[in-house]
Amino acid sequence: MKYESQRVAMPYFIFALVLFAGQIVFGLVLGMQYVVGDFLFPEIPFNVARMVHTNLLIVWLLFGFMGATYYLVPEEAQTELYSPLLAWILFWVFAVAGTLTILGYLFVDYATLADITMNKLLPTMGREFLEQPTVTKIGIALVVVGFLFNIMMTALKGRKTVVNIVLITGLIGLAVLWLFSFYNPSNLTTDKYFWWFVVHLWVEGVWELIMAAILAYVLIKLTGVDREVIEKWLYVIIAMALITGIIGTGHHFFWIGPPEYWLWLGSVFSALEPLPFFMMVLFAFTMINRRKRNHPNKAAILWAMGTAVMAFLGAGVWGFLHTLAPINYYTHGTQLTAAHGHMAFYGAYVMIVLTIISYAVPIMRGRPYGNSNTAQVVEMWGFWLMTISMVFITLFLTGAGILQIWLQRIPDSGEALSFMATQDNIALFYWARMIAGCFFMAGLVVYFGSFFIKGQASFDEEVRGATIQDA
Amino acid sequence: MTHLNLAPETDTRQLPGDIAVWIFIFAELAVFGIMFIGFAVARSLDPATFHAGREALHPIIGLINTAALITASYFVATAVHQLRQKLPGVQWRLWLAIAVSCIYTVGKMYEYVNLYSQGYNLGTDTFFMFYFFLTFFHFMHVILGQVILVVLAVKVGNGDYDGSDMNGMESGACYWHMVDLVWLVLFPMIYVLA
Repeated sequence: MKYESQRVAMPYFIFALVLFAGQIVFGLVLGMQYVVGDFLFPEIPFNVARMVHTNLLIVWLLFGFMGATYYLVPEEAQTELYSPLLAWILFWVFAVAGTLTILGYLFVDYATLADITMNKLLPTMGREFLEQPTVTKIGIALVVVGFLFNIMMTALKGRKTVVNIVLITGLIGLAVLWLFSFYNPSNLTTDKYFWWFVVHLWVEGVWELIMAAILAYVLIKLTGVDREVIEKWLYVIIAMALITGIIGTGHHFFWIGPPEYWLWLGSVFSALEPLPFFMMVLFAFTMINRRKRNHPNKAAILWAMGTAVMAFLGAGVWGFLHTLAPINYYTHGTQLTAAHGHMAFYGAYVMIVLTIISYAVPIMRGRPYGNSNTAQVVEMWGFWLMTISMVFITLFLTGAGILQIWLQRIPDSGEALSFMATQDNIALFYWARMIAGCFFMAGLVVYFGSFFIKGQASFDEEVRGATIQDA
Repeated sequence: MTHLNLAPETDTRQLPGDIAVWIFIFAELAVFGIMFIGFAVARSLDPATFHAGREALHPIIGLINTAALITASYFVATAVHQLRQKLPGVQWRLWLAIAVSCIYTVGKMYEYVNLYSQGYNLGTDTFFMFYFFLTFFHFMHVILGQVILVVLAVKVGNGDYDGSDMNGMESGACYWHMVDLVWLVLFPMIYVLA
């Protein structure tokens, strides 16, 4: 760690991981409720558990992105963070507001929560993933503005690098698009437009910029490949992400009431959305093959390769499976969507946050070359357990989705099974998914365990070329 | 007896421009390529709509636009040649290319205004969806290409390019020729082929 103020990333990472654990617990509750309908009812109804599961994901990824940014921007800019104090204040504001919101979901019914938080003054609640009370949404906006101020002041006073510029562009996009969550038109079609402007343009637009920038930073550090080469790849990847992702939003507009031309535009552009993810795979593997040094932090390298591959599979391949309009006509809103959602979020965004954590946390703990070999082996066990479990979760949900489409969507209206009758027929897949989910939890426990193993990697003869701390 | 040298030539030929620009170009061509296939499929499913749509277009303006883009490309290509040979006249060729390409942008805007005032838009039918989307998407690429040419011309004027490193100039020129190439498919496909 070159700059003391980078250390402010630590609480962000720790809190992100705590929320990650919470997300997985609620994932297990949900998985159980799929097969045992009244599990934990009435204490935790399905809709509440689902809201907590998805909201925890969003919030912990935001904590992860912020931690990553606080860590890498000062080092890239070669200067101390503008205000570590502001970063600490915003951490506590965000952590307290986030926790209160989740507790609100759990202990107050949603309508009462809307009343208490005076949703009537500016109604924004009630939309999937954007369920947060208006006051929380305002809080998120303020925290992000303060965070951006801090980061931009840091970047402006120091060295301007492509990694910083791309990362900050992505973060500004994240903040600007969030503003659409405050607009809640009564017309359902318009409502869906603006809702997707947040949801889609985050995960298939600006978040890809954030992911690519973090990946580029980690690869510069781990491989020692020239910055110029990595920056060139970064430019091409983000150009492709934006070209395909922005008009690709159209794949959400197929059946919500807008003009027919979205069937074409949405299909064509989203069919190309796997491209930037495929290029990230090429990018990661090419850079690692051309490495100028063998970094002792093998676990971080594994996460970096893993995130590229899993993002391509989850976001790219599983997205493409059902993105063409004639196919989506049958698959829309089935378990196939759930399969895609799980692997895409895990591969692209969970894993990129775990990548930077794997690289940065050992350094912040005074282990500049990574954790000890034992700790890395345990961490890699966590990697494989979680990743393979996620592959199985995705495959089982895909199986459930295909059967659901076959029974419920393809037959003519008189012969098709009802939604609930179909659910009974695919229960076996849900049980299998539940088992895979338990293995994921086990992987998470192993992963957490790796943080408690002492010792550090040494700068041994394996390390070729320049010293680890340069670039 | 003529001596035949079978020894492998020392191949010093390199891809003009930056590899990153080529990846970008291929990705762009993939987008247009898929749209072209979509156009062909949609037309085979509903030839009457496509025939009627084509009748409403202005082929002469299309032809003028084609000539403008090809001429602009000629000046870009000769500008690259001049720079590579370290000869004068690079900058005015680039400015001329930009000026000629503006015939295209003005012509295209005239067409849009004309069609729009007649009541045609993106939602009219499948033909006009493709027409407006494909040509406007291409139009945006032309604008970007013009911006790139302006940057190149300014850099040449500032003496940033002296012909020893052709990477920037060739990359910009490759992008411009891609834009040109796409139009050479678009024009016959939309305006001409019955």
